Amino acid sequence: MNKTIANAEEAIKGIEDNMTLMLGGFGLCGIPENCIAALVKKGVKGLTCIANNAGVDDFGIGLMLHKHQVKKMISSYVGENAEFERQLLSGELEVELIPQGTLATRCLAAGYGMPVIYTPAGVGTEVAIGKEVRKFMVDGVEKEFLMEYAFDADYALVKAWKGDTQGNLIFRGTARNFNPMMAMAGRTTIAEVEELVPAGELDPDHIHVPGIYVHHIFQGVNYEKRIEQRTVRKR
Amino acid sequence: MLDKVGIAKRIAKEIKNGYYVNLGIGIPTLVANYIPEGMSIVLQSENGLLGMGPFPFEGEENPDLINAGKQTITIVPGSAFFDSAMSFGMIRSRKVDLTILGAMEVSDTGDIANWKIPGKMVKGMGGAMDLVASAKNIIVAMQHVNKAGESKLLTRCELPLTGVGCVKKIVTELAVLDITPQGFRLLERAPGVSVEEIKNATEGRLIIDGDIPEMVID
Repeated sequence: MNKTIANAEEAIKGIEDNMTLMLGGFGLCGIPENCIAALVKKGVKGLTCIANNAGVDDFGIGLMLHKHQVKKMISSYVGENAEFERQLLSGELEVELIPQGTLATRCLAAGYGMPVIYTPAGVGTEVAIGKEVRKFMVDGVEKEFLMEYAFDADYALVKAWKGDTQGNLIFRGTARNFNPMMAMAGRTTIAEVEELVPAGELDPDHIHVPGIYVHHIFQGVNYEKRIEQRTVRKR
Repeated sequence: MLDKVGIAKRIAKEIKNGYYVNLGIGIPTLVANYIPEGMSIVLQSENGLLGMGPFPFEGEENPDLINAGKQTITIVPGSAFFDSAMSFGMIRSRKVDLTILGAMEVSDTGDIANWKIPGKMVKGMGGAMDLVASAKNIIVAMQHVNKAGESKLLTRCELPLTGVGCVKKIVTELAVLDITPQGFRLLERAPGVSVEEIKNATEGRLIIDGDIPEMVID
């Protein structure tokens, strides 16, 4: 089953105004750079974006914020982005901040076909407002848990290190982060990869996301892979 | 009075051989530099790494290898990568022995606030709410008072909470304190700091039991 398509422009053809998208990555690590560039070029608007962060001022989802393409962000951490903070404080941008583990697990639940999860994260905080709380025994202690819903996203845009024509994906280092569970969660999943290989070249034992979850895959180009906080030590 | 490095050095003494430890951004990150020689511990970075090593040498930075503070890092022998769902799975199922993080406010019942100042600063909670909700042991590294000289160790947190009744121990520039059902219990004074100074800097309930020793920092 060949899922290969030519490029990002073709991959995002079906993405329209007001859709909900998941975008993989942690900070600028492992983000779908090609798909973001194509979305900026296409100019779709009114998007709801589920992503751990909102990029930086001039890269990642920050590029979409500058063009006012995003109606709502669902994220866990949005520091380091002045334009984001400006749009948030001025009310131009709707933002739902949720715990990072909740974000990951709501994606996972979607990919596992489960409607809700129960998590202790956020119990007793403003994150819990309006949510169902249930008590369960864990390790012999009764503890409160919040019910959180699985996400429902029209598209998931993920970035992998290697992929094959069947859509099987392998990630590298901490660029894996949210990409696998988002790949599993999208109604339609687009994967961009640094190296696209023919089916049969990847060791089936090494595959992180099996191709059944991936609808379109393409060979990415011109990766910048920007580093947000370059920190080094002296030799 | 301790500086940031002093706080990090004192917290490092709480780490035990065989611990899996998650370090937050800021002072907690510095703790990694003062882990006693010969001790075998594994640092967890919640963006998907167990076995975090030091910063890379110049020219060896890898954009696919960062920590939860988005800094370039290295791996160590025995490191493992995983996705974000598994990362919080191991946190939620209490496999991580110790979480060290910063705070803006802590209450004498162990509530913590560190993610939002309404109207001023909204950066988000990141993984902090998950970590404090599930950690077996939480040590907070923080300043005892704010820039205006007001206590950050309170009867009740004023800022939006990150977690409820979860903090076990606090290390500040002035003191080491435990959280007990009766409030903050003073364990140690920073070098040159009197019990009176700590009393004045603590708004929440403070228990002072007998002679309070001065910290020993190498």
